[in-house]
Amino acid sequence: MNLIVEFLTTLKNTVVDVLPIISIILGFQLLVIRQPIPHIKQVGFGFIYVLIGLALFLLGLEKALFPLGKMMAVQLTAPEFIHAGEHILTSIHWSDYIWIYIFAASIGFSTTIAEPSLIAVAIKAEEVSGGAINANSLRISVAIGVAFGIALGSYRIVVGHPIHYYIISGYVVVVIQTFFCPKLIVPLAYDSGGVTTSTVTVPLVAALGLGLASTIPGRSPLIDGFGLIAFASLFPIIAVMAYAQLTQAKERQVKRKGDKIKRKKVNKRKFTHKKLALLESSKKNR
Amino acid sequence: MNQQFFVFLRALLGSCKDLLPIILVIAFFQFAVLQQPMPNFGDILVGLAFVVFGLTFFIYGLEMGLFPIGESMAQAFAKKGSISWLLTFAFCLGFGTTVAEPSLIAVAKEAANVAASGGIISDTLESQLSYANGLRFTVAFAVGLAIVIGVLRIIRGWPIQYIILGGYILVVLMTMIAPSWIIGIAYDSGGVTTSTITVPLVTALGVGLASAIKGRNPMIDGFGLIAFASLTPIIFVMIYGMVLS
Repeated sequence: MNLIVEFLTTLKNTVVDVLPIISIILGFQLLVIRQPIPHIKQVGFGFIYVLIGLALFLLGLEKALFPLGKMMAVQLTAPEFIHAGEHILTSIHWSDYIWIYIFAASIGFSTTIAEPSLIAVAIKAEEVSGGAINANSLRISVAIGVAFGIALGSYRIVVGHPIHYYIISGYVVVVIQTFFCPKLIVPLAYDSGGVTTSTVTVPLVAALGLGLASTIPGRSPLIDGFGLIAFASLFPIIAVMAYAQLTQAKERQVKRKGDKIKRKKVNKRKFTHKKLALLESSKKNR
Repeated sequence: MNQQFFVFLRALLGSCKDLLPIILVIAFFQFAVLQQPMPNFGDILVGLAFVVFGLTFFIYGLEMGLFPIGESMAQAFAKKGSISWLLTFAFCLGFGTTVAEPSLIAVAKEAANVAASGGIISDTLESQLSYANGLRFTVAFAVGLAIVIGVLRIIRGWPIQYIILGGYILVVLMTMIAPSWIIGIAYDSGGVTTSTITVPLVTALGVGLASAIKGRNPMIDGFGLIAFASLTPIIFVMIYGMVLS
């Protein structure tokens, strides 16, 4: 019974969140385009499914994953866990926090795989590219990017470097990669930076950043707690472009191999031609 | 009916697969690293079932409702041929979906706390609220502008990399002159703006526009709207910080 009430509250909140979008769509459709919406029944049901799905999803996250994930972030960053056995905290070393980096990377990877908006973009990309871009490979490359980004972001909080050096060097890498990677992937790669961080990733990552910044001596949760999301939206761009570059390199290699085989065949044919010619001439000589 | 059920079942299986990594990670850290028993096991099981069904319904509805409406509207606007209405729609979509975004409201509140404790604004509830609201409207305006620029790019066929590169240069330059307390919030605000419903809608809009306009490739020109939407808020929030200080 309690669960139903909770579900209805979440559903109501989701509807309220979506209301501006629906009113903008309806307003423009009726006042500017002035045409009935094509397949209105199907679209309407689609919206209802999306709303129910999102409400269920959010409630489930709230019930199962967020409390657990947040608790883990707190426990893993607690001084008792990191300095087990040592009673006097003299100095912190970045390698003391090795479990944090592993946790950050694996939670970043796994939450990105389940991120609904990334699934949406991946489906669209596979459809538009006619299957040349595989939805699952795209999602896995984005997830690897997020994993690396969050791990590096946690390292930054531990050592306390200023954030903009990291972000600016990331930008430089993105710009260099843009010149060398296949043109088709560039807009999609840029997009994948923005879609990674929404419903699932942000709350868990924020909890991790806050936990880290409040337990490490000398870090302020107010200043250092921010910034993990920025890492999580920069590195997927690099990862997706790298994936495209790798695929391209592989294709070239295969093509080169194919060319070699073809050339060999041609050589063989030439050889047989020569042989035939020789045979002919020897026949004539006889 | 039977076939539809089969399709649904397969979607359900797909959602389970999507969720498997999270379950494995949490189980590993709970049992192997932290070595603690799982609290409220029943609750967690129910929650997981909710997540799986929610994801399935969401993806189902996505292909039935969100994608078709985005594309049909893009085509209708292209047929109508009125650029100014299209740009107005783009701005409204960006602004309207961002200003009410729950994660942005949360981040703005947090940022107001930071600013108050840092002595940037006075430590009253009123000034904190006005600061948070200012931040929210700044970000929403930035996202609206981003979608407008993105749609203009699709219509004109401008190459994306130069615009993004220009944006990056702007961000780097502004980082040097903006007050240091705003930088972390500014960088983060780029990531939190795009919500789960906005992303599919905006993607469908871009792809639909690019396929409706002659000479545009939906792959090259259709994507990229979200990239703008996560870059302009960084710039505008830094401007907001500079204006305040």
